[in-house]
Amino acid sequence: MDLAIETHDLVKVFGEQRAVDGVDLAIPTGGVYGVLGPNGAGKTTTIKMLATLLVPDGGTATVLGHDVAREPAKVRARVAMTGQFASLDEDLTGLENLVLLARLYGYSRPAAKARAVELLEAFGLGDAIKKQVKAYSGGMRRRIDIAGSIVVRPDLMFLDEPTTGLDPRSRNQVWEIVRGLVGAGTTVLLTTQYLEEADQLADRIAVIDHGRVIAEGTTGELKASVGSGAVHVRVADPASREEVARLLAESLGAEPVLESDRAAISLRVGDPSGVAAALHRVGERGLVISEYSLGQPSLDEVFLALTGRPAEDDAAGNDEEDAA
Amino acid sequence: MTTQATRSQDAPALDAGVIAALGSGERPQPANAVRSSLTFGWRALLKIKHVPEQLFDVTMFPILFTLMFTYVFGGAIAGSTQDYLQYALPGILTQTVVFITMYTGLTINTDIDKGVFDRFRSLPVWRASLLVGALLGDTLRYCLASIMVLTVGVVIGYRAPGGVSGVLLAVLLLLVFCFSLSWLWLIVGLKVRTPNAVMGVSMMVLFPLTFISSVFAPPETMPSWLQKFVDINPVTLLCEAARGLMNGAADAGDITIVLVLSAVTTAVFAPIALRLYNRKS
Repeated sequence: MDLAIETHDLVKVFGEQRAVDGVDLAIPTGGVYGVLGPNGAGKTTTIKMLATLLVPDGGTATVLGHDVAREPAKVRARVAMTGQFASLDEDLTGLENLVLLARLYGYSRPAAKARAVELLEAFGLGDAIKKQVKAYSGGMRRRIDIAGSIVVRPDLMFLDEPTTGLDPRSRNQVWEIVRGLVGAGTTVLLTTQYLEEADQLADRIAVIDHGRVIAEGTTGELKASVGSGAVHVRVADPASREEVARLLAESLGAEPVLESDRAAISLRVGDPSGVAAALHRVGERGLVISEYSLGQPSLDEVFLALTGRPAEDDAAGNDEEDAA
Repeated sequence: MTTQATRSQDAPALDAGVIAALGSGERPQPANAVRSSLTFGWRALLKIKHVPEQLFDVTMFPILFTLMFTYVFGGAIAGSTQDYLQYALPGILTQTVVFITMYTGLTINTDIDKGVFDRFRSLPVWRASLLVGALLGDTLRYCLASIMVLTVGVVIGYRAPGGVSGVLLAVLLLLVFCFSLSWLWLIVGLKVRTPNAVMGVSMMVLFPLTFISSVFAPPETMPSWLQKFVDINPVTLLCEAARGLMNGAADAGDITIVLVLSAVTTAVFAPIALRLYNRKS
């Protein structure tokens, strides 16, 4: 298999904290590879090492056939990145930012201008060409960040939490752009905190926690390891909740969780095919269910299943941003 | 609550344009070191255009300093404001330009703070060109400040015995020295956490360096222990060399010392700054 990225025992230490603690990755060329994990898991630090912005403290990393420590310039010539840590100059206009990047990539002055205008229009930013980037909305910011990364289409693109904090419409736009990129032949390494995002976009996923890869596989494999999802039920009459919970537990063979909402029950199920029958059985007893849904496991549930504890959002978390 | 996966078909139709734009990106040879440095210099100019406030200190402080020192201290120090102006203006020019060097550190620190720094570092161009470009932008600031000080000086009665060429050479010497000093501020800008802290550190160094010198008063009147410091203070050396040029009494020895000092400063600090910059996490 042709690998875009290969790492062995990659390590980065900030003071006392082992931000990346022996990461092994083998990421194939083409498609989207998702790196999933909570804040501070080591995702950003890993990407920074792969993009040659940080020097690893241990292990090796090869990107597009070049060792990041020995041939950083060759890596930089073929990758691009976008994310929380690689943005544009807020004081300049959208046009000036892209012209600046195009000039650095080697375009002549008129060609740089033409390329910048072309990109801004393609990304639906034609009206904001002369606006300073600091006046852009969150979704516009993310789009121009990505536009800045494809002035010259990279062979490998790092997208660090591209949709965190975006509204659903902007998020969908970013997803469409990512699919477009992959269609054009770019390999995308995407980090995210959302399983849904990884599920929508990624072909394979690595789950990272505390600087280590704790699971790796296709989305299907990953979900199967967790159980396919959760059934959420709301009963019409809270008084009937316990009985409904008992019936569902019997039919589905799963442990019911009585939530703080007095009408809500949730169950983790391995096989969703029995859910309809179980709900039917509840109805036969004359008990009324007002609402139900069958959802994917959330990142929290994946974590719970993989580590036996909930995803910690802050413990090791915010230090990473400070240290990095 | 778990999220429902909906592969959305309602995303706006920007992807067709995006795909077209992706395909049309040619792959030219990345800019060479000179061109990338000039391009980053162009960015510094654009920033001045969009944030003209940043020129406020550059323009207002020199005016304020020139007027204040001439009219408040002039009579007491030199007997008359006119005599003092003749003595102090080259010094005020020196102090003003040396003070502005701290913006170099401030600019780089703000870039790191905003995240644009990593974008630039990930580009396939000579990494140091961001720093060199910033220094080019700073040069514009130094020139503007020099023009302000000299204009105000001439308006209130300063005449340079050294003539226009003497003044231009003095400014050029200041630029050379400040370019070398900027490397030190780059180190501070890369090491210190916040822009405010950069200001603090720079002030702590620059205030004593510019005031305990021959900028505002002849060192002969100071206590002998202080004179010892004043005599070896690089700002004194720079100020005396500039004063000589502007007074038409250029001292080759002073000028040589300043040039050597600038070369040594650059040789020592530039590699450290570049190393820090390359390894900045």
